[in-house]
Amino acid sequence: QVTNYVMVSAKKFARENLFSLLLVQTKSKKTLAKPGVKNIVLVEGVRTPFLLSGTIYNDFMAHDLARAALLGLLNKTSLPKDAVDYIVYGTVIQEVKTSNVAREAALGAGISEKIPAHTVTMACISANQAITTAVGLIAAGQCDVVVAGGVETMSDMPIRHSRKMRKTMLTLNKAKTLSQRLTLLSKIRLGYLTPELPALTEFSTNETMGHSADRLTAAFGVSRREQDEFAFRSHSLAKKAQDAGLLSDVLSVNVPGKGIVSKDNGIRPSSMEQLEKLKPVFIKPHGTITPASSSFLTDGASAVLLMSEEKALAMGYKPKAYLRDFVFVSQDPKDQLLLGPSYATPEVLEKSGITLDDIDVFEFHEGQILANLKAMDSDWFAQTCMGRKSKVGVLPIEKLNLWGGSLSLGHPFGATGARLVTAAVNRLKKEGGQYALVAACAAGGQVVFDL
Amino acid sequence: YASGTLQPGVGIEPVTFLNPKAAALIAVKDDVAVIRINNPDSKVNTLSIPMQREMAEVMNEVWANGAVKSVVLISSKPGCFIAGADINMIQACRSAEEVTALSQEGQKMFEKIEKSPIPIVAAINGSCLGGGLEFALACQYRVATKSRKTVLGTPEVMLGLLPGAGGTQRLPKMVGLPSAFDVMLTGRNIRADKAKKMGLVHQLVDPLGPGLKDSDVRTVEYLEEVAVGFAKGIVNKSIPLTKRKGIMQKLQDYAMGIPFVRQQIYKTVTKRVMNQTKGLYPAPLKIIECVKAGLEKGSEAGYLEESQNFGKLAMTPESKALVGLYQGQVACKKNRFGTPEREVKNLAILGAGLMGAGIAQVTVDKGVNVILKDTATEGLSRGQDQVYKGFNAKVKKKSITSFERDTTMSCLTGQLDYSGFERVDMVIEAVFEDLSIKHKVLKEVEAVTPPHCIFATNTSGLPIKDIAAASKRPENVIGMHYFSPVDKMQLLEIITTDKTSKDTTASAVALGLKQGKIIIVVKDGPGFYTTRCLSPMLAELLRLLQEGVEPKKLDLLTTSFGLPVGAVILADEVGIDVAAHVGKTMTKAFGSRLDGGNIEVVTTMVEKGFTGRKAGKGFYIYEKGSKSRNINPAAEEILKKFKLSAPPSVSSDSDVQYRLVSRFVNEALLCLQEGILSNPMEGDIGAVFGLGFPPFLGGPFRFVDAFGADKLVQKMKKYEEVYGNQFTACQLLQDHAKDSSKKFYK
Repeated sequence: QVTNYVMVSAKKFARENLFSLLLVQTKSKKTLAKPGVKNIVLVEGVRTPFLLSGTIYNDFMAHDLARAALLGLLNKTSLPKDAVDYIVYGTVIQEVKTSNVAREAALGAGISEKIPAHTVTMACISANQAITTAVGLIAAGQCDVVVAGGVETMSDMPIRHSRKMRKTMLTLNKAKTLSQRLTLLSKIRLGYLTPELPALTEFSTNETMGHSADRLTAAFGVSRREQDEFAFRSHSLAKKAQDAGLLSDVLSVNVPGKGIVSKDNGIRPSSMEQLEKLKPVFIKPHGTITPASSSFLTDGASAVLLMSEEKALAMGYKPKAYLRDFVFVSQDPKDQLLLGPSYATPEVLEKSGITLDDIDVFEFHEGQILANLKAMDSDWFAQTCMGRKSKVGVLPIEKLNLWGGSLSLGHPFGATGARLVTAAVNRLKKEGGQYALVAACAAGGQVVFDL
Repeated sequence: YASGTLQPGVGIEPVTFLNPKAAALIAVKDDVAVIRINNPDSKVNTLSIPMQREMAEVMNEVWANGAVKSVVLISSKPGCFIAGADINMIQACRSAEEVTALSQEGQKMFEKIEKSPIPIVAAINGSCLGGGLEFALACQYRVATKSRKTVLGTPEVMLGLLPGAGGTQRLPKMVGLPSAFDVMLTGRNIRADKAKKMGLVHQLVDPLGPGLKDSDVRTVEYLEEVAVGFAKGIVNKSIPLTKRKGIMQKLQDYAMGIPFVRQQIYKTVTKRVMNQTKGLYPAPLKIIECVKAGLEKGSEAGYLEESQNFGKLAMTPESKALVGLYQGQVACKKNRFGTPEREVKNLAILGAGLMGAGIAQVTVDKGVNVILKDTATEGLSRGQDQVYKGFNAKVKKKSITSFERDTTMSCLTGQLDYSGFERVDMVIEAVFEDLSIKHKVLKEVEAVTPPHCIFATNTSGLPIKDIAAASKRPENVIGMHYFSPVDKMQLLEIITTDKTSKDTTASAVALGLKQGKIIIVVKDGPGFYTTRCLSPMLAELLRLLQEGVEPKKLDLLTTSFGLPVGAVILADEVGIDVAAHVGKTMTKAFGSRLDGGNIEVVTTMVEKGFTGRKAGKGFYIYEKGSKSRNINPAAEEILKKFKLSAPPSVSSDSDVQYRLVSRFVNEALLCLQEGILSNPMEGDIGAVFGLGFPPFLGGPFRFVDAFGADKLVQKMKKYEEVYGNQFTACQLLQDHAKDSSKKFYK
């Protein structure tokens, strides 16, 4: 049941937006540097292990996780705490006590109280929004060193009193006499005590994300088998990467009373036979999405260190990648909810003047990725829905998410964006490629990195 | 026509065997035969004789093929499964026996479907009505899309008929007695999610968005895929055919097993039907009889009762009138003036009163930007609230989401000035009924609107040409007479002057159709068509009141004649001041012919503030929260003051009814005679949908046909002797009286 719930929420937060990122290593191909625009570099990226909600991070609040990622990044880069100019974090479900979670995490990490911090939200690409905000700050000459990241915990979330109960309680505050208070209290009915969970449905369409995702797979004719195979692939690749020590961005975090965690715990490589046995969770009995083909509820935080190139070099860093460009796109929240990557990918490629074939590394958020692959390969979709002359093309799956993805590593909504970016950078270095493309659905965006 | 033999296809590629022009095609997916219904001659599928024959052949072929283990029945028409039986087929019958035979053929065919040795899954997308629903009910399993276009229902009762192909027998068994009566007696459309709750369908399928194909096309494909999956599941027993019943369901079933309980239900339902129909509509009672026969005497008796009653009903004048209205309604939902040069995308409404706000409400959710302008903030705010309440009620009924309500409301701009009028394509004014005020706003509007902008006036009585006299562009001036409450009343009366251009008319009709209205287009003149018919009837009503007929008795006499509300209540609803105003205007235009009661009565009432429902006092007293109406004693006093003696020769109950009706009908015929109306059909539609003329009579023209013009003229002569020219039959009526072969409807 926990898994079911995870998926509902996971899809919910995908919303209508999309984000993706392109990374480049300067070798033979062009650098994509833009005249007159500052070079912005990624120095390092880290993340806490991504854990199933309700497990080891059970007692953490979001700012605890965010602080762990922040401290880990500072330690890994040996960056002095006073060298940061600004901090931006993304998150989706906000803890009401720490609504500016970036600031709480920064203060807790011992970063000077003189350093400003703010929090952004944009569903599943909140961390991407944090990163592009940082890019903007550096490009505008406001800052030289910015930490951007994201955090999410689903082990705890704000469950509210019902609207009627809240109204009564607030009026109660203002009641002056005992009799006024008693009158108000006597109005409370059993129904008032029903709690209000964070919405499981899309606000504008009243549809749960799981439903929407299942409709999307059906619209693109993605079969149950294809989805099972993709889930199997994701878990197998993640396991391989974990065993080979490729997930070098994962920090070791000491959880008080529970020891040190240094591995993601949602990777469960199983067999196709086992996957085939799972029942659909959203549309019963004829749906095609199962617990395996949707990501589970996850807790985790991530962070990246971004600098202007001169600053990085002056401080003696060897930058990992350049950030060149990005786009955000939005679509109809009902029928095109999770199709962001299909829309944003061609746009950023055109903006950068390169093609799909030039890309060496693809890191896509695994939210209905198969439907997106089919959409990009369809002339009808390109012409009818995207207003393009012809299809985007076939995305080479052998370059996609080779170290696992959101299905296997997990998907802490606010933190995934920065994980995707760091994974792409690390893969580029490891595989010796030049360009990497990152895409995620929620609020479309793309960034070009050039190393 | 059936060619080739069925072979199980390999994989899912459909293999089509039959003549592609046929109404039903078979494809085979593994061992599932998919029958796609597609009437080649029409946009919708209807159960006509050839269609039934073809279906029977196709089914026989499927049953004869041992390799086919299950069947999926689906339509290839977008937005339509089967829209019902072919009305023309029933109309072509000359006797009840013929219709009964048709019904029995349908019953037999569906019985075969019900007893099919292999499971049949009905895959429903779009309208599944009447015979279409009965077809689906006979199948073993039903899957429906959640599309808004998917509606199930048995609308036969609205045509004065009953579900004559097993519906009265299968429905009670499937959804229980109370729901079955609800479905059949109201004839209302049931949306898919409700149908699932009732137990009409087993499974729902979500409509899909655009993917690799158009969303409608892919949705139907997906529906078929899912239905094929269910068909296979039924065969391999992984999908159960019966749902496990809940405690409430079991309790209800238990209660229905007790004959006494059933008797009580029949009684209650009959009583309610009698209350609502005054016994004037035979179909609902026959439906109850059929259900009762089936449950109490066994299904054989039930099916026989159903087919015989179906035959009888089809021959009743009530059914013919209702079918005529249905056909008229269809005709009045078309734009006979063609497509306008420009679509109205920006509309401004002047006056945010009940009317203005009502017009805004039916327009703003149709993709038209609406400016609602008033002269005072209070009025404007009240109007905007009215629109909001209208949509919020829909949210509460879950027919739209709160988000849709908000985006719709965002297309409505409330304002006090003329800003933005340079962009509007049409202005509808709903300001006070005073010629000088209308002239003033017309001039103001023309000064700020673009040259193509149409000026529509929502007046109930002022001649349009008088209003247009102040216009620089009289070709753009037209009358659009809405009925209150606008969101409930279906009729729109459009009035053209000699100068109104055809494109202006086309544009007004197009907008009205968008608003979901049934439209009649009439020529200009005092009172146009509807107000003119109503006016003499109200004058007569006043005289009857003066002659001492109690308001309650008058209301009883008029409702028992078939009017939806009593005539006196109607006067209160319309507003005594409005009635007085219209009465004066009409008498001025038509002279003594439109006289009746003394106009002083109403002017006195208006002076005392008894202006009707809106004031809380008219002939009756209206109290908030109280349903019972009491006579307003002060109004009674006024009536006493103006008391007339009632001539006994023309004052029987029946005379009272015919005095009211004959003046209405005579005026309607006069409108046709004078060319205000372009045909009798529009006259009937206008009277029924705008003024509440009894639907089972089909409208004034059909009434004359059925009642007999000569009989009506005789009655009028008797009244004429007492009251003079107010009861002089018009030439057209006299012509029809002289020659009984003359009919308005063939």
